[in-house]
Amino acid sequence: MSTIQENHMLENDSLLRFMTCGSVDDGKSTLIGRLLFDSKTILADTMTNIANTSKKRGMEAVDLSLLTDGLQAEREQGITIDVAYRYFSTGTRKYIIADAPGHEQYTRNMVTAASTANLAIILIDARKGVLTQTRRHSYLAHLVGIPHIVVAVNKMDLADYSQVTYDKICADYMQFAEEIGLASARDIRFIPMSALNGDMLVDRLDNMPWYQGETMIEILEKAPAAHTEQSEQFRFPVQFVCRPHASADAELHDFRGFMGRVESGDIAVGDAVTVLPNGYQSKVKAIQLGDAQLQSAQTEQSVTLLLEDEIDTSRGDMIVKSNEAPEAVKQIEAYVCWLGETPLSTARTYIVRHTTRDSKAKIGHIHFKVDVNTLEEQQTSDLKMNDIARVSFKLAQPLMVDRYKTNRATGAFIVIDESTNGTVGAGMIV
Amino acid sequence: MTKKTLSHLDWLEAEAIHILREVAGQCSNPVLLFSGGKDSLCIVRLAEKAFRPGRFPFPLMHIDTGHNYQEVIEFRDRRAAEINERLIVRSLEDSMARGTVVLKHPDEPRNKHQSVTLLEAIEEFGFDCCIGGARRDEEKARAKERIMSFRDEFGQWDPKNQRPELWNLYNARAHKGENIRAFPISNWTEMDVWQYIEREQLELPSIYYAHDRDVILRNGDIIPANVPLASGEVINQPKAGEAIVTKQVRFRTVGDITCTAPVYSDADTTAKIVIETATTTITERGATRLDDQTSDASMELRKKEGYF
Repeated sequence: MSTIQENHMLENDSLLRFMTCGSVDDGKSTLIGRLLFDSKTILADTMTNIANTSKKRGMEAVDLSLLTDGLQAEREQGITIDVAYRYFSTGTRKYIIADAPGHEQYTRNMVTAASTANLAIILIDARKGVLTQTRRHSYLAHLVGIPHIVVAVNKMDLADYSQVTYDKICADYMQFAEEIGLASARDIRFIPMSALNGDMLVDRLDNMPWYQGETMIEILEKAPAAHTEQSEQFRFPVQFVCRPHASADAELHDFRGFMGRVESGDIAVGDAVTVLPNGYQSKVKAIQLGDAQLQSAQTEQSVTLLLEDEIDTSRGDMIVKSNEAPEAVKQIEAYVCWLGETPLSTARTYIVRHTTRDSKAKIGHIHFKVDVNTLEEQQTSDLKMNDIARVSFKLAQPLMVDRYKTNRATGAFIVIDESTNGTVGAGMIV
Repeated sequence: MTKKTLSHLDWLEAEAIHILREVAGQCSNPVLLFSGGKDSLCIVRLAEKAFRPGRFPFPLMHIDTGHNYQEVIEFRDRRAAEINERLIVRSLEDSMARGTVVLKHPDEPRNKHQSVTLLEAIEEFGFDCCIGGARRDEEKARAKERIMSFRDEFGQWDPKNQRPELWNLYNARAHKGENIRAFPISNWTEMDVWQYIEREQLELPSIYYAHDRDVILRNGDIIPANVPLASGEVINQPKAGEAIVTKQVRFRTVGDITCTAPVYSDADTTAKIVIETATTTITERGATRLDDQTSDASMELRKKEGYF
């Protein structure tokens, strides 16, 4: 067997988060198991463990899907009921896989997994073609804004490795993708494979000479790691303010550092910035990361910003470039996935958490809910767990928002139930 | 030309700093669990990057089973003093004296009883969040663990009642008596930890590196022999008929002596350990934990009872 890490994992230079969409029957767990196994992430003792379990269950071959079968409750039910995270590395890239179950009643898990993914592998059983669940998974990946979609036509070994079958599935999928606007908005690729045999995963093998495209691992290695290739506006929600004024070091008495993560865009020393919501203007005096003084910071970097002027700023404020400030709004409209077991109540007050800022919120109006299977918009007055709907909120505090389409970090929010403190909803601002 | 993104270590570091700052911003009285082990030493470095030049917005705390290697305990104290942060130590033996921990027999592994002492300390200080160094790659039951994991008043983890975690919007809200466990290096693997230690040139307790040690070979396990404790007691003495042999070993994890075994290794530098980690064939816990092997689900059961 060949290996995907010929030169050890010592020179990794990027990280890609992706998710897999499919149900138990599509071979999703087998796909993940094989990626982990072929990258040598699965070590001997774990293999022995699952070999024993496979034998106990009366299976002849080692069942790689057992690798991703997590909790006891799930093992008893034989299904995956929550998002699990897996890791492997190839030498040039570290991967984080979000593995979510694909059944309709687990829409919330798919949305959760999708929220941090930059690529989605959508599995289709070659014998069954594009199914309702394929549409559901594609719609959700699109809704949550995953930029790269890989449609993996799996179980080609059970479909005679037929190019005709594969081409038909690809054509069917593209027709549907065009209908929902996925085709124009996302990068879509197709690949025929057999996760069980390993065709087109790491090795090409010789069952499908008609397919000249990239193998799965080549696709993963080459996919852009950034969430978007577009340039984005600078957004820096303040998480924490560092004021060591009581320090023994007199030089620190006036130190005022704004700590946070660059959620989008970039920033350099000397840039003119505005602190929202108050609108104070200043310039970036210094950018620090630990002891290091940086000249600039890029998306996803956690840094400390020092400004030229003494400005009263606290957690929940947002630092932006002065010429590209977002709107502060007290009303938002969003696609919401309801996550809580208790249905949404239009009479109650919730907390909306957006970046590092919280606001009390009331439901203005539920415009419609989306049937995730037919994609029909339906009138509704309530939202239950796993429902997706377009909802208006009225906010007690202003939030500095962007549309989710243009900025994933400042277009997203979660809804918190004040009484239980549970996270009951996920919103994407339109 | 695709956009340049952070290297994987820079990305993991940035994520962990973000999580630590969220804990500081959302919780009123957090604590950082600090054993002097490699994962908690990484978190201390991350906390320095997150909060300096300020003080950490939380104290450090160690739950000492009384069965720790003295090198590690000394290292723990020295490191806490170097960074000039407050270190709280609470001891399992105090819980035993109070009668809240009762061992079935004197040799029973003490790891699982740490939960009791931890919960007592949480109550004593009113901590609303404990920051720990657990990673999702360590064990199956951890693969679904949240970064901010909710525990009820009894410290119990209910895998079916965890808060969904989306984007990087963490929810650390808790009622009085309830508790959040925050795991800033959830997304790190053992390899990432060693690569980070190498890059940051972190100093570790000496027993992480290859050294000659007297051991007993028992049922395929390597048992460190005749280990002196802080109390003066010497544990892991050979049973009748067992021989003591000297082997070159190192520890991949450092915990309670009675349930942490070393592995054969000649890796005496961090760089060599990185290479060894890349080529090893046994998982970290499989190789070194004598208490996880009873059943496939044993970690999950202990977590439900409040184990970290």
